Amino acid sequence: MTNSAALLVVLITAVVLVGAALLIALWLAPRSYNPLKGEVYECGIPTRGTSWMQFRVGYYLFAILYLVFDVETVMLFPWAVSMREMGPGGLFGVAFFLIVLALGLAYAWRKGALKWK
Amino acid sequence: MNIFLQYILLGVAILVAYAVLALILIYVERKVCGFFQCRIGPNRVGPWGVFQSVADMVKILLKELVHIDKADHVLFRMASFFVIIGSICTFAALPFARGVQAIDFNVGIFYVLAVSSLGVVGILLAGWSSNSKYSMIGAMRSGAQLISYEISSGLSLMTIVVLSGTMQLSEIVEQQSDLWFIFRGHVPACIAFLCYLISGHAETNRGPFDMPEAESELTSGYHTEYSGIQFGFFYLAEYLNMFIVAAVASTMFLGGWQPLHIPGLDGFNAVMDFIPGIVWFLGKTFFCVFLALWIRWTFPRLRIDQLLSLEWKVLMPICLVNLLLMAVVVIW
Repeated sequence: MTNSAALLVVLITAVVLVGAALLIALWLAPRSYNPLKGEVYECGIPTRGTSWMQFRVGYYLFAILYLVFDVETVMLFPWAVSMREMGPGGLFGVAFFLIVLALGLAYAWRKGALKWK
Repeated sequence: MNIFLQYILLGVAILVAYAVLALILIYVERKVCGFFQCRIGPNRVGPWGVFQSVADMVKILLKELVHIDKADHVLFRMASFFVIIGSICTFAALPFARGVQAIDFNVGIFYVLAVSSLGVVGILLAGWSSNSKYSMIGAMRSGAQLISYEISSGLSLMTIVVLSGTMQLSEIVEQQSDLWFIFRGHVPACIAFLCYLISGHAETNRGPFDMPEAESELTSGYHTEYSGIQFGFFYLAEYLNMFIVAAVASTMFLGGWQPLHIPGLDGFNAVMDFIPGIVWFLGKTFFCVFLALWIRWTFPRLRIDQLLSLEWKVLMPICLVNLLLMAVVVIW
């Protein structure tokens, strides 16, 4: 069995597990409805407004920083595998790459992007 | 026909292993938690309460799925699919013993990192689609936390890739037959192990890092509006993610299913070889799970800003320097 076939089987298994359990629950579980039950929970007081609104910008800054460093991780993995063949030259290249990134982190830190205001 | 049968067998095997491990983990968690708090824990259903989690599973299947009027229903249902798919696909890549591994890509550890982050999508969808303030805040916090800690867990696993020179999980375990990586990798491997334990623990949304579902302020975070089996999926994925993190830690650092070998002591090594690989794997993994539970029931919860500054100002710089240190150690 090839790996991709196995991955496909596992994916289908996951979907079947969730789907089957949902169907069983819909079939067996009791159901009743009243307007208050359909309300969103808010400490017992009537819900005010929607929660689909503008959100704190701090999360967005962290998401951008994450993007930078996650792409960096993706780029470093090939180097990590072939590091022995590349030797010291590769290491210096990667060290330079990391220093540039660290400067970016230092800039964000200095600008207060890491601070929770 | 034959290949078709194989596929079905694989699916059933994964499903059974997943469900049984989830039941065991939930029981272990409740029992260990009981002992940490000087209680007995579950003790009514079956001897020592071992059937408690089975009974709970049946109960949760029979509970009503409450219909939320203002929710985005398609996304609301889809969220649990994403969470479970992320955790089962990662689970299938774990090497349980020699040859007992469903998916063995040559980019194995990269695959594990990539697929396990699918859970974030599910959690964000759950929080967004519920249209509840608690869910929204919980999901946002959870998203920020999961993506932040993913960086340092990726970097600490990369430290081991530098040492082993391969990303294939079976190959990595094979290389540790004479000495586990945590012993062979000098200081950098130990630092990476600690960093991975911390960031992996944070990625499971548990313990002192359970900001997203801080029950004293957010009711239960991103799954506030979920009921019945839909809540059960989040619960299931949370426990299995704890197992997956522990299993990856034991595969990468503690030798996976390889027995404990000390170079030079041939008699000792021969005795250790008699213990089957699956026992070693589960033993190490449950040791890591126990560490996670210990941390969970010992430390108080962090604040969201403390949590993020721990990652960005402490863990990630340490991991970056550690990666270079490991490269230097391997080259010279």
